[in-house]
Amino acid sequence: MILFFKRAVRDIRTNRFLNVVTIITISLSILIVSSLALFFVNAGNYMGSWQKGIRIIAYLKPDLPEAEIVDIKNKIQGFQTVASVDFISKQEAMKKISEQMKQQSSLFEDLKENPLPDAFEVYISGSSLSNKQLENLAKQIESIPEIDSVEYGKKWIGRFVKVFELFRLTGYAMSGIFFIASVFIVANTIRLVIYSRSEEIEIMRLVGATDSFIKTPFYIQGLIQGALGGILGLASLFVVFMLISSNIKFGLSSDLLYIKFLSLKMSIIIICCSMLAGWLGCFISLRQFLKR
Amino acid sequence: MIDENDKSSIIRMFHVHKNYGSKKALIDINLDISKNEFLFITGPSGAGKSTLLKLLYLGESVSEGQILVEGMNLSRISRRRVPLLRRKFGIIFQDYKLIPTKTVFDNIALVLEAMGKKRQFIQKKVNSVLRTVGMEKRFNALPQSLSGGEQQKIAVARAVAGSPRIILADEPTGSLDPESADFIFDLLNGFHARGGTLIIATHDKELIRKTGNRVIHLKSGRQIKQ
Repeated sequence: MILFFKRAVRDIRTNRFLNVVTIITISLSILIVSSLALFFVNAGNYMGSWQKGIRIIAYLKPDLPEAEIVDIKNKIQGFQTVASVDFISKQEAMKKISEQMKQQSSLFEDLKENPLPDAFEVYISGSSLSNKQLENLAKQIESIPEIDSVEYGKKWIGRFVKVFELFRLTGYAMSGIFFIASVFIVANTIRLVIYSRSEEIEIMRLVGATDSFIKTPFYIQGLIQGALGGILGLASLFVVFMLISSNIKFGLSSDLLYIKFLSLKMSIIIICCSMLAGWLGCFISLRQFLKR
Repeated sequence: MIDENDKSSIIRMFHVHKNYGSKKALIDINLDISKNEFLFITGPSGAGKSTLLKLLYLGESVSEGQILVEGMNLSRISRRRVPLLRRKFGIIFQDYKLIPTKTVFDNIALVLEAMGKKRQFIQKKVNSVLRTVGMEKRFNALPQSLSGGEQQKIAVARAVAGSPRIILADEPTGSLDPESADFIFDLLNGFHARGGTLIIATHDKELIRKTGNRVIHLKSGRQIKQ
């Protein structure tokens, strides 16, 4: 095996230019595929955290007595899947909105009376409440006569999930296409190497070399090309990621947008796929050549 | 009926024909070569000498007829066993067929590597055959830096390195000066003297006259006399 490995490394060094081109091309494919993976991993994390933070806002009809408000709160609290209920008085709501819109404070100065309604913030138990369950809970709350209207963000999250799923499918398709492209690029490079060494291969066969003796160094070469291409692609993505994430930290509040790099496990899977592409490329070329 | 277990013959050919499209390269060749025989195949250019040698190591396959090599029927041999057949032969090609990107040492070592020999053995054996052909100092040279005679010596060294049962030599002295030709011939004679079977395709009449061994004469693909 050491002999085969040495022969593979020697072949890579002899056909340096072809091998460098192949490694760069594989690394570009891996860069694109791993960028998609990075996007989906982070988008998936956000989806999860957003879903955990879903709440229903129930607006109350104006001028309800305090005792009635307590009754309604208890009633809502009694519904299944409700974790907690917070009462937000219209004064508190105005205070909050004024704080959030400090620069437009003049807008609030001219108001003669507070136009905001009293409201309940209803938090949901469990993070994986389905759209249907959420809708049912909202309907139950809305059916309480003192409740004027309810609002929840599930509708747009539902739409976002659909778009995200579409992106994910597109990502899988693109990853597949780039994988196939990498396989054919490696296959073509190996084919060029094989043709440039066809005389040598022919001589090896004539002196009694088996097909596996001839093939093994090429397979090792393909695996090395795949591994180097994969590592280079991921390293490039990491550099781009560091540049972008440091800019984001300066430009935005870190709580708002925190992105993280691919896990070690995911990176290893990508490199393994890249090596598989390298091996497969060799397999295709050698099978065609040695059949003759 | 072919007797695949005939122990006295090392190679047997039965009504062998070889066609390239409509061109007949060999016609009805029947040949029995004994162990440790020294045989010449002669005839003018295009007579089929090289084709006959190629059929023996499956460089080409027969169009008709059968060939036995040490009991192996070449018509029935599986693709996987072809390398095993080829290891029975040491082949000296007319154009040497040395790998231009490999050093003299690596060209010879390749045969032993393909046989799965250990590194230490390969080192020892290659040095030994290089000494035999007087090329031990050029072990690190690339083939194109060698003269025709030197390349032929390396080709002979490679042919004997794997300790084959049979050597097939296609015009081994064809393009060499008389001194180099004599040296190569002596090397081949030495292989025969140690018990090997030697088959030389040549039209060098001087070489044939020197030995007095059996000669197969081919003309336009036909075997005209023995």
